[in-house]
Amino acid sequence: MTDVRLHIVTGKGGTGKTTVAAALALALASGGDRVLLCEVEGRQGIASLFDVAPLPYEERRVAVGPGGGEVVALAIDVEAALLEYLDMFYRLGRAGKALDRFGVIDFATTIAPGVRDVLLTGKVYEATRRHDHGEPAYDAVVLDAPPTGRIGHFLNVNEEVAGIAKVGPIRKQADSIMRLLRSDLSQVHFVTSLEEMPVQETLDSMAELGRLGLPMGSIIVNMARQPELSPADLEAACRGDLDAAAIEIGLKEAGVRADESVVAGLMLLGREHAERVALEAEQRILLDSAGQPVVTLPYLADGMDLGGLYDLAEELCEHGF
Amino acid sequence: MPRKPQTQERTSRQGRSGTRPRVGPLAGRLSDVPRLDPDALLADPAVRIIVCCGSGGVGKTTTSAALGLRAAESGRKVVVLTIDPARRLAQSMGLSELDNRPRAVVGVDTSRGGRLDAMMLDMKRTIDDVVESHASPEKSQQILDNPFYQALSSSFAGTQEYMAMEKLGQLHAEAQQSGRWDLIVVDTPPSRSALDFLDAPDRLASFLDGRLIKLLLMPTRGPARLLSAGVNVVTNAISKVLGGQMLQDVQTFVAAIDSLFGGFRARADKTYQILKNPQTAFLVVASPDTDALREAAFFVERLDADGMPLSGLVLNRVTTAAASGISAQAALAAAEKLDDEHALTSALLRLQAERLARISRERGLRRRFAAAHPTVATATVAALASDVHDLESLREIAELMTA
Repeated sequence: MTDVRLHIVTGKGGTGKTTVAAALALALASGGDRVLLCEVEGRQGIASLFDVAPLPYEERRVAVGPGGGEVVALAIDVEAALLEYLDMFYRLGRAGKALDRFGVIDFATTIAPGVRDVLLTGKVYEATRRHDHGEPAYDAVVLDAPPTGRIGHFLNVNEEVAGIAKVGPIRKQADSIMRLLRSDLSQVHFVTSLEEMPVQETLDSMAELGRLGLPMGSIIVNMARQPELSPADLEAACRGDLDAAAIEIGLKEAGVRADESVVAGLMLLGREHAERVALEAEQRILLDSAGQPVVTLPYLADGMDLGGLYDLAEELCEHGF
Repeated sequence: MPRKPQTQERTSRQGRSGTRPRVGPLAGRLSDVPRLDPDALLADPAVRIIVCCGSGGVGKTTTSAALGLRAAESGRKVVVLTIDPARRLAQSMGLSELDNRPRAVVGVDTSRGGRLDAMMLDMKRTIDDVVESHASPEKSQQILDNPFYQALSSSFAGTQEYMAMEKLGQLHAEAQQSGRWDLIVVDTPPSRSALDFLDAPDRLASFLDGRLIKLLLMPTRGPARLLSAGVNVVTNAISKVLGGQMLQDVQTFVAAIDSLFGGFRARADKTYQILKNPQTAFLVVASPDTDALREAAFFVERLDADGMPLSGLVLNRVTTAAASGISAQAALAAAEKLDDEHALTSALLRLQAERLARISRERGLRRRFAAAHPTVATATVAALASDVHDLESLREIAELMTA
């Protein structure tokens, strides 16, 4: 796991993709490493998680850890990335301004399909490969990537570009990016909850990335719940057959109201919980047989905050990240 | 840079909260939130298009299907256009696969004279159709074989937005001509860019009216006297970045599809105007968590800024009541008191406390949204224990939404 430089985190919407990406960055930085956390969809999800002002297009430290470790965040803006790219590689000077006047920049970043993804992956590639004074600028880069429905086309966009650009600088760049994405320096991680649609999308997306030859890392099960009831009670609850008398005695023992409606209400909660647990167990079997390591992160009952983020990071550390 | 101000404005709207809280003690009381009545919306014959938007994973496609089904069973002739469906949902509507042609959904109660068709946007099929119906057979073959066209039509993100607009326009035209449908329900792609399709006409216009296209349409090896100095600088710069060969390929491609742009733009413009007028109703879909409601706020504000007719918010998966009569604190305290002998009761009490905590957190988030958007009518849908698998569960969802 330590050789991986680029961690690409995808998942169905609503599964906590951004949260897990951020926790992963914290986990990787906890050993003293310098980690870049990138977002590409303009949602400012990272700023919101770390409780800082919206991020400009600028690499900015959002967290520090022991041993000099730090997480630097970057919200990639395509237009700025394009201008930076032109400046860095072509030193166009006044010609760059002329491009802008002709609407070329606008065309590339908002009108022409596909170019956005080329620029976004290009920037991630640049950050992963960047060196300062002979040392890699970042020990690892974590990408909060587009959701499962879009991840295949997103990561493979440079392959398409290589098909169009037979020779020349664009072809060279596209080939380099694909080489990095297909190498064992990169891994795609899938975030899912234990629900049917996210699990199905994870499996579909894994099959797609497999066909594209992109290396996969872990399946990260997010918001997993621990069964509160014993196996026997879970079974009984599913049948709607919990011991009402025992519950009533327990309530009296604890000194709380123990009338029929309370008992019935609690039994319904027990049944819903047991059904949920059974459903999650089914989904887990599907994930376990998908052929990649499965990492489980707990459901945080208090909702997601900065403290919760560190809890998740700790879990990820324990799983070897 | 003419479009820069717009970009900046949008960036600022993407701010973290993106909301404008009201002041005063009554701000954000849930009981004050106006109620969205989906049945009234579906029954209004003047409403011909319903667009559902929201972030991923909030049940947008399910909401669209449930609304479509309910409308059909109350007598409307409905087609549901989904941009990005889960396979399971196609199955729930009895279709082994959704494709680019509307297909009748089986098992719908049509006794009131309604019908339900469903289709999924196939980006490639839609754009191929445009090419084939607007260019000569010879020319269209030339376009379809072009490598740029192939990447653009099947792989590149961004084409989808233009094609969603095209398809919606087609369906609307067909509905008006043939009377086959009187209501179109659309669900948008699951991302913040979901509303980018609203920008399609603008984007095309800025390209077609701009100077770039003239440059691209210039004969690749024309006499040098036609080139002004500025054009030369730009051509050289593009050529330096793309490589001479690729620039030439781009020019060949743009020249080939040039004749299609005009009609495409005119249709997108027309569809945009239809979306803006009151026959369209936009629904923002969310679930009661921080991210989804933040995105919902973004959508509400975006629609507002574009002058689009917003009908309200559908809030899915709302956690419903727990056992009555025991507060979260009392439940936790009682659970603590019990020993192993009462493990079952103790566990149920912990579940009760957790459930109540969740309900209260969701109410807090909803209050915050309501405080910033007090006029947005809202319908809530209680969480179901399992996923949606069939028409029956779609009916249940619609029932919950209208309850």
